[in-house]
Amino acid sequence: MEKKHLFWKEHFWRILITACGLFMILLTLGIGAFLAYKGLGTFTTYGHSVWEFFFSSDWDPADNTEGGGTVGAAVYLVGSLSTCFLGLLLALPFSLAAAIFLSEIAPPWSEKFFRPAVELFVGIPSIIYGWMGLTILVPVIRDLFGLDHGFSVLAAGIVLAVMIFPTITTVAADALRAVPKDYRRAAYGLGATRWQVIWQVVLPAARPGVFTGIILGLCRAFGEAMAVAMVIGRARQFPDSILSPTTSLTTAIASDMGGAMDGGEYSTALWTMALVLFGLSLLFILLIHLVSRKGGKSHGRA
Amino acid sequence: MDVLKKIRAAKRMDRGMTVVFYVVAGAAIALLCAFALTVIIRGFIGFTPELLAFNKDGIGNQLFNTVYLVFLSLLISGPLGIAAGIYMAEYARNGPVTRFLRICIETLSSLPSIVVGLFGYLVFIVLVGGRWSLMAGALAVSILNLPLIATTTEDAFRSLPAGYKRGSLGLGATHWQTIFRVMLPACLPRIITGLILAAGRAFGESAALLYTASTSTDINWRSWNLASPTCPLNPFRPGETLSLHIWAARTESLSSNAEQVANFSSAVLLILVFGFSIGARFLSRRLDKKMGGHSA
Repeated sequence: MEKKHLFWKEHFWRILITACGLFMILLTLGIGAFLAYKGLGTFTTYGHSVWEFFFSSDWDPADNTEGGGTVGAAVYLVGSLSTCFLGLLLALPFSLAAAIFLSEIAPPWSEKFFRPAVELFVGIPSIIYGWMGLTILVPVIRDLFGLDHGFSVLAAGIVLAVMIFPTITTVAADALRAVPKDYRRAAYGLGATRWQVIWQVVLPAARPGVFTGIILGLCRAFGEAMAVAMVIGRARQFPDSILSPTTSLTTAIASDMGGAMDGGEYSTALWTMALVLFGLSLLFILLIHLVSRKGGKSHGRA
Repeated sequence: MDVLKKIRAAKRMDRGMTVVFYVVAGAAIALLCAFALTVIIRGFIGFTPELLAFNKDGIGNQLFNTVYLVFLSLLISGPLGIAAGIYMAEYARNGPVTRFLRICIETLSSLPSIVVGLFGYLVFIVLVGGRWSLMAGALAVSILNLPLIATTTEDAFRSLPAGYKRGSLGLGATHWQTIFRVMLPACLPRIITGLILAAGRAFGESAALLYTASTSTDINWRSWNLASPTCPLNPFRPGETLSLHIWAARTESLSSNAEQVANFSSAVLLILVFGFSIGARFLSRRLDKKMGGHSA
């Protein structure tokens, strides 16, 4: 009698809650397993080499289960990489400046307005960025550079830059703020100017956190599908300049999966791209863990 | 007098950089504000009541689908995410399993939404043998929401003063009774804030829904038989959300006012998302003030 009571008071619920917690592991592994099951088919069922997928630009998979096409996805990889790094390049100076401004310089009243405003923008749906990019940015680029159409790496890079700016800024500002006050006091006490304190003391101390922000931003840029697909032009070619259209991994999945036959070589190759994206986000997370663990050690605070 | 020169140079540098930071930060925030204003103004230029209509020319159906889908997804991810958060804060021991669980949750939260959409398509549609449905979309969005809800819940439990737990345990309550009767009610405000934030993010989701909820919608507002494929409340009917409507306006601009509809949809979406996240912020500030008064 007593035992049964305790079961309902504690053990039953404990098991249930634990099950829910462990379900998260199951879910993540499940997603990974399904992606691997579908995506590895390119290499097992259709017998393509990993080398071909990553380094060949010969993309012509057959839309049936017989296979025999080619699955060189290098163009998509290069497209993803170039747009992301262009976006990061454009966003980074602004993000760092805004983060430093937020944590070190901003007078209290403007910080109260600035910080929530930036955080608000983290949540803007990417489809809106894409739509604005398509209807405003693309025509502007077209007219500015005298192109036939404005779809380009540049357009995608700008859209991604605007998108990841708030993410990097908030994470970096938090990292800067977490630097112990004593570091600043000590530097000021030695007669440093504010710029010297920022550049020589605060920024180096906050480096791991700032890196985390950059990686999170990159992660978001890599996984963005709709906004990029709307402005990149979907041309399967290596970009010769930032003004030429190209395509990306996410763009291919978003636009071609619907028409591809399930289980065919084409759709299997698209699943392989999804697997690559999954692997990349796992890699990014592990990278963040690595960076922050190292940073925690070198900080050595009392 | 070399030293003096150096000091003067350092001071000049300092002043210069301060100006640079003011300008860059100001420009960035001005750009963001201009962006938001443009979206809203463009949306409401040429606004006619027909744009809100519940038919092919308006976005009423899409708006309803969006809200309904988010509601469904919170119904699934809410309990599950809160339970996972409680597990991490209260029951999980420090060990390799918990560390692995953390990495799993972080990976889940950084997954590209298109990948989650594909997974949802495979599991909730192909494997189940169904067709595009709101439910499949809601499940896919739930996967995206779970990490956020779990981490907010965990943070809420961890930031609770230790006295709550000790007092309850000291009175002879079991660990679960303490969690459910004492800690959970005290954490509820922050958890609700997390749920609102999750809802705000779910409103704008598009890539995860592309292959799960589909880009078609066919609602008959007179049909209230839940099993009918045109009944508004049937969760197993296909349902296009606002964000997918914008996506479709780009590729399949069949109707003449597609661009205007997409502009208006963007504005409505932006207002919804802003409204929810400002609401969550406001709520959490008020509740923090209230709770802060108690603990002082």
